[in-house]
Amino acid sequence: MGNKQTTFTDEQLEAFQDCTFFTRKEILRLHGRYRELAPHLVPLDFTNRPDIRVPPTLIVSMPELKENPFRDRIVETFSEDGLGNMSFNDFVDMFSAFCETSPRELKTIYAFKIYDFNRDSFICKEDLQKTLTKLTKGDLSPEEVSLVCDKSLEEADLDGDHKLSFSDFENMVSKAPDFLSNFHIRI
Amino acid sequence: MPPKRKNHSAIRVEEVGMEVDAVSDSGSEDEARRRAQNRRAKPQRKAKKVSDDDEDEEDEDEAPRKKGRRKKTKPQDSDEDDEEEKQSVKRKTSKASRKKAKEESDEESEEDKKKRRKQGTAGSKKDKEEQNKEKGEVKGKQGKDKGGEKDKKKKNGKISSSSSSSSSSSGSDEESLSEGEMEALKEQVEEKKKLIATLRNKPWRMKRRLILLKEAQEFVEKFEGALGKGKGRKLYAYKVMMAKILMGLPYGSIPRKTVPREEQETAMDFSVLNDFGVRILAWLNLFTGYIKYSFLFYGYFNNNRRIGLLQFRLPLSYLLVGVGIFGYSLMVVIRTMARNANEGGDGAEEGEFTFSWKMFTSWDYLIGNPETADNKYASITTSFKESIVDEQENQKDENIHLRRFLRVLANFLITCSLGGSGYLIYFVVKRSQDFAKMEKENLSWLEKNEVEFVMSLLGLVCPPLFETIAELEDYHPRIALKWQLGRIFALFLGNLYTFLFALFDEVNEKLETEKSIKNATDWAFEQYYTNYSSHYNTTDVPPPNVHPADVIRGPCWEDAVGIGFVKLIVSDMQVTYLTILIGDFARAVIVRFLNYCWCWDLEASMPSYGEFDISGNVLGLIFNQGMIWMGAFYAPGLVGLNVLRLLSSMYYQCWAVMCCNVPHERVFKASRSNNFYMGLLLLVLFLSLLPVVYTIMTVSPSFDCGPFSGQGKMYDVIMETIEQDLPPFLANIFTYATNPGLILPAVLLMALAIYYLNAVSKGYQNANLDLKKKMKIARDEEKNRRNNKDSTNEVMKDLEDLLPNKSLIPPPVEEEPHPDVIVDKGAKSPKIKPGAAARGVNLQKDVSLAAPNARAPVTRAPEPRRGPPGNARSPQPGPGRGRGRGGHPSR
Repeated sequence: MGNKQTTFTDEQLEAFQDCTFFTRKEILRLHGRYRELAPHLVPLDFTNRPDIRVPPTLIVSMPELKENPFRDRIVETFSEDGLGNMSFNDFVDMFSAFCETSPRELKTIYAFKIYDFNRDSFICKEDLQKTLTKLTKGDLSPEEVSLVCDKSLEEADLDGDHKLSFSDFENMVSKAPDFLSNFHIRI
Repeated sequence: MPPKRKNHSAIRVEEVGMEVDAVSDSGSEDEARRRAQNRRAKPQRKAKKVSDDDEDEEDEDEAPRKKGRRKKTKPQDSDEDDEEEKQSVKRKTSKASRKKAKEESDEESEEDKKKRRKQGTAGSKKDKEEQNKEKGEVKGKQGKDKGGEKDKKKKNGKISSSSSSSSSSSGSDEESLSEGEMEALKEQVEEKKKLIATLRNKPWRMKRRLILLKEAQEFVEKFEGALGKGKGRKLYAYKVMMAKILMGLPYGSIPRKTVPREEQETAMDFSVLNDFGVRILAWLNLFTGYIKYSFLFYGYFNNNRRIGLLQFRLPLSYLLVGVGIFGYSLMVVIRTMARNANEGGDGAEEGEFTFSWKMFTSWDYLIGNPETADNKYASITTSFKESIVDEQENQKDENIHLRRFLRVLANFLITCSLGGSGYLIYFVVKRSQDFAKMEKENLSWLEKNEVEFVMSLLGLVCPPLFETIAELEDYHPRIALKWQLGRIFALFLGNLYTFLFALFDEVNEKLETEKSIKNATDWAFEQYYTNYSSHYNTTDVPPPNVHPADVIRGPCWEDAVGIGFVKLIVSDMQVTYLTILIGDFARAVIVRFLNYCWCWDLEASMPSYGEFDISGNVLGLIFNQGMIWMGAFYAPGLVGLNVLRLLSSMYYQCWAVMCCNVPHERVFKASRSNNFYMGLLLLVLFLSLLPVVYTIMTVSPSFDCGPFSGQGKMYDVIMETIEQDLPPFLANIFTYATNPGLILPAVLLMALAIYYLNAVSKGYQNANLDLKKKMKIARDEEKNRRNNKDSTNEVMKDLEDLLPNKSLIPPPVEEEPHPDVIVDKGAKSPKIKPGAAARGVNLQKDVSLAAPNARAPVTRAPEPRRGPPGNARSPQPGPGRGRGRGGHPSR
């Protein structure tokens, strides 16, 4: 420790570069950030691909996610086990999807997954209510919440099944002017 | 093994988590691939699994849930499949390629046929054992990725293996590979490359991406070598032209690059700094110094037609660059606008997705600051509440006459203040011209910089004034914002143009004085020559030996214009910075610290903290850019100055916003009206282009200053180049092209083209509207159908669809709702849909929300997610309808 040590092999770095929107430097920085979360858990040396997972409570404490009302969902969505325990791969994956250069389609898919609280591949009213409560910190009255959810469904639900399928969601979000700029985390 | 296969695809889908439409293409691809693998990979499955399990053991230990574990096994399976595939393919290929090699050698030339065949078979047999190993592997990879094209690829794999083996045996017979096969292989390599390039866009887990990447890379490596390309290209470095060449002669070599004698003492005189003690203010006064004669300004460049070794044509390139900048800016702005128009955002009608957008796209994921987050929560909550109220108040109408009167009054007031500000500027500029004729020493700083000062002050005072007046109008905030922006725009533009007209007056005056100076100079030269020749009695007169600083020179109006703009920019910068310092920082300090000992709450009520006005700032940027465009031709250094200004202002304003501003109460993102701002920018660009082009075409340049000195008009440089440097036939073409006889038809043609395109776009618009209408009708119908039906069961639905002419069959429960449905559908406003009111916030006076209830589905038992029984949805035709029509409160 402390010595100059290789974190990744060149091959690994190149692979990461091809699979994400990050440069070499950024990947190393991500590793630094990842390691910062749990220094005792994450080794400096990743050349032998250690299988390490950082629990969600630690991930969520990152300043980038700390204030996000959907942080738990984000972490769950991007973790392979669905519980929020993130390997370094998941970690890179997450920030790659959120970075500025990632395309609208990709962001839409992940946004859908994030807002789909119960993971049934549909955003139903229940999901909407949860989203809204998180978004307003519960400042709206139940009637208001209900009204807003219904209105949203009315607007976006094209096939009339009272829940938003991915295509409904995509159609709605693709026209939203602020989606790309807002669904973005800089690291 | 169909069950296994199904399982596979199911797992895969689950892992990706999105079996929905988005990834359907890749999903089906996966399945196809899987199928292909399973077909060939039966035998070794068991054995392989054992070895692979080792690797994944850890994963499985950690996977805490069943689902998780199932996912874990997925990549392992695919690994295993890989291996199996490789092996099976290996076997296949070794056989196949042997056969293939024979076929191939058959095709070869007649003479070598026999010899070759022997060699080929013998050689390839040996080689194949080795090479097939590799090839087979590669093929496995390739096959894995694109199961759909499996067969084709297999063939290709054979080809390449045989080709390489035969080439090893018989030297170089790469041509023996038929063109088509080569193409196919290339195509695959391209495909793989494309996969590598787009891998990052796929919504897959990182693990899977890494695996796929590795495979694809190996494939490409193998085959690209065989195809003999992808060696990497060399990059050539370009040598950059040296500044010296571009700039011509250095300072001091010609008069316009030298400070005149009488100004040399004051050039370095910084005493003016002490006038105000503010260091930045020195900028303004420095212009009388070196800067005025630096490359910042037009006058620095001289009129040598060619400079240096490279024969650099400075005047020509000066003109072309000046005009080219406008062309480039126009192109960029228009392209951006077109892209914005395409890229959604404007695709949806206003209000189509009000609530869903707020719900899903309003949170800014960049927020990392608790305070900002709190603000955002509050702002989102407010915006939701506003939308709810908006929804309820759709029908509200008030005293329309009073409102109209107030609006007219407000517009009148604003027009007055616009006119007033215009006049003030004109007045001030006129006065400054009088000042300019007076002695410099008698003038105070204020008098010298009055114009810029007044302009900045107006820009400071008027917008808040407009805002106050706009309160009278009582518009919806979004509309009010547009009005406000439009007015500020008018103000800035008016000011700028008044300034410009006043400047033109000055230019004309300068042209007059220039004439007299020119005459005087000519006269002086004449005197000198006659004196010299008469004195020494020779006709060979050397040029007068005068230091450049002492040469008599004209006023050079181009420099004056440039200086005017630089002063404007600098003073604008100062005012902005000072405003922030005083209006935001000082205010914030006072509010924050005086709050401890004040009688009311300073933070919450009266002065409060400053708000950061996004739209105003964007507008400021746009106008700043406009000034740069206008001034850049006469002061090329302005561009650099502006870059500095923008950089410093970014950091400065960032600091100010972070430390002493609160966010605007209503946040209107600039991106929402993306093209609105771009449109303003375009307008400003056009308006700033006009005066510049006008001067280039009509005003004659100074006789002793700048790259165009000596020309009648600036654009004569182009004419001169055409005449002197281009071959005569090109010059002829240009003469024809500039003939009005050709230009007029061209303009006509363009106008007609615009007309035609306009008509076409109208047609498309109509078609669009039509389609939208149809979609809406289809949607409504669908909803009605669902709601009126006894069961949501898919099978029942299908059965129902099969019934003959089912619309004639009366619904089982009651038929009354039907007419209602139809009638109300026509009558209701498009925005209001059933379901909202049923869910029921207490919407008192709200007619519109209650009305649709009646049209809402009535004939079936309420679904679980519907509102409580007893509201209009339950089958109680009488009251329900009554309510809908009468507009009584729903509860």
